[in-house]
Amino acid sequence: MRTTTTSDVIVVGAGVIGAAVAWRCAQRGLSVTVVDPVPERGAWHTAAGMLAPITELHYAETPLLRLNLHALAGYPAFCAELTELTGLPTGFRECGTVSVAWDGADLAALRDLHAFGNTLGIDATLLTGRELREVEPALAAGLPGGLLACGDHQVDPRLLRAAVVAAATQRGVHTRAAQARLDTDGDRTVGVRLSDGTALSAGTVVLAAGAWSGQIDGVAAAFAPPVRPVKGQTLRLRLPGEPRLSHVVRGTVKGTPVYLVPRADGQLIAGASSEETGFDMSARAGAVYELLRDAQSLLPELAEAVLEEVCTGLRPGSPDNAPIIGSSGLTGLVHATGHFRNGILLTAVTADGVAELITTGELPEALRPFAPARFAQAVPA
Amino acid sequence: MDDPFVLAGVELSSRLILGTGGAPSLQIVDEALAASQTAMCTVAMRRVDPATSGSILDVLDRRGVRVLPNTAGCRTAAEAVRTAHLAREALETDWVKLEVIADERTLLPDPIELLEAAQTLVAQGFQVLPYTNDDPILARRLQQAGCVAVMPLGSPIGTGLGISNPHNIELIVGEAEVPVILDAGIGTASDAALAMELGCDAVLLASAVTLAQNPARMAEAMAAAVIAGRLARLAGRIPRRHHAHASSPTEGMAVF
Repeated sequence: MRTTTTSDVIVVGAGVIGAAVAWRCAQRGLSVTVVDPVPERGAWHTAAGMLAPITELHYAETPLLRLNLHALAGYPAFCAELTELTGLPTGFRECGTVSVAWDGADLAALRDLHAFGNTLGIDATLLTGRELREVEPALAAGLPGGLLACGDHQVDPRLLRAAVVAAATQRGVHTRAAQARLDTDGDRTVGVRLSDGTALSAGTVVLAAGAWSGQIDGVAAAFAPPVRPVKGQTLRLRLPGEPRLSHVVRGTVKGTPVYLVPRADGQLIAGASSEETGFDMSARAGAVYELLRDAQSLLPELAEAVLEEVCTGLRPGSPDNAPIIGSSGLTGLVHATGHFRNGILLTAVTADGVAELITTGELPEALRPFAPARFAQAVPA
Repeated sequence: MDDPFVLAGVELSSRLILGTGGAPSLQIVDEALAASQTAMCTVAMRRVDPATSGSILDVLDRRGVRVLPNTAGCRTAAEAVRTAHLAREALETDWVKLEVIADERTLLPDPIELLEAAQTLVAQGFQVLPYTNDDPILARRLQQAGCVAVMPLGSPIGTGLGISNPHNIELIVGEAEVPVILDAGIGTASDAALAMELGCDAVLLASAVTLAQNPARMAEAMAAAVIAGRLARLAGRIPRRHHAHASSPTEGMAVF
């Protein structure tokens, strides 16, 4: 063993979740070190930043919907706090979201989902084709209708993450660019060991390594979170002149989901593919083609846009699409992962919840249904 | 009742085969598998990575469900043959559900490429289960090529339109010497029951379950429908008549 540095908390993963956990823990007076082999890359770099629990609604995911709505309610204050402390923007825009249908069958599916949402007390309005064109005149002619969710917003994940990192740094959080291996002593966590041999000791290690959270060396299989990589591709596009869209637009084109997120500076983010191909991060031509084809069928002018960037990221998928937050079962090892499609939306509630768990021993009530223990029976013997 | 379903020499405990495409989450796949009691599930080779843990393959393994790799997304015989070889290497199975799709708009099989791919793969030792049009002559040619089953569509993939040409399915069943598995187009339980009543040996379906509002419940419905349709087929339905025919005897009734 070479040098040993001690802190209260080590966070494995410097993505937006890990950085936010570090910041919130530091705000509560804990000393925090963040470890990540490539701190400047993560799913946040690819994510579009939709804060859209209403239009993201899926049947059989109502517990997640409640958490998402709770997270959305806290978002304005979270962003305001970040900007006040750091002077940095987050790109938070209360722009609302329209879900559009491409054909009659897509509209029927949207109507069914709207009816289901009504039973849960969700506020969204069905639009006819004409009403849809009034809300978003640049959309393709002939779209049969849509759903307007005034409460679904957006944030810019790259700006958000930069602001979170700045806030954490202000609080004395250190980041080490290194691979970490969990160090345990019997049945408790004692810290991590870096690839160069350095040992960092801490009473608590938070696993926030996104899609890689199930791959950290030194974590016994029984305590590893059931996370798998789900590749997503997004495109960054720009149309010259006035912004074409005032809302986030998402749609299903012949059953395939696609979205367009308009940034304040005129950039449009189109996304996203969903591919279960392991840890491969390469951009697949067919995914780019399908995204452009489907996005352009909703916004015809998109063909004239400048294609600025093709981004690929890995979502941390969990078996039930919901996050995995709380004690791993191993003393001192806490999970903050498995956020799948909702990592940006759930950043603040995750960070607050983990900080509370570490300082008080209790997860906030809203997060308790998402503790790792729910998968205990599913793990094969 | 002794009515085994034997496919390529292997007895399967269920005549319902599932696909997992479109499922909202792995947990929902798991629940649907349990509710369906299926013994085999088809997985697109393009959409899985056998080397990554926690994937759909782990869920199938845990449930003891046989994996039938498919060549979904392939447009040419050469591409489908290559994908089948990848599947054989990765999953260590000779079985392949052969899909060669003509275009994205219809997702209909390309009969010329399909037959060529089937002939090639059979010669290379694969157990080929071709997804085919509901064309009795093409089905015959696929059998002649040595396929271990034929899998005609009810209607195009993902449409949920049911069986649009039941007469053709009956013709295929009528001369088939290998199992006939109705593949694609099932929308709801009565479609699956009809396929079995027409004499199909099994039904393969995916989005009818995975995209249902409650996938596990729909999977249970499909399992019941397949059993009901099979029983009705074996029991022998009554003929259709144009005039009423009382089921209670009228002889010997009291005359007042």
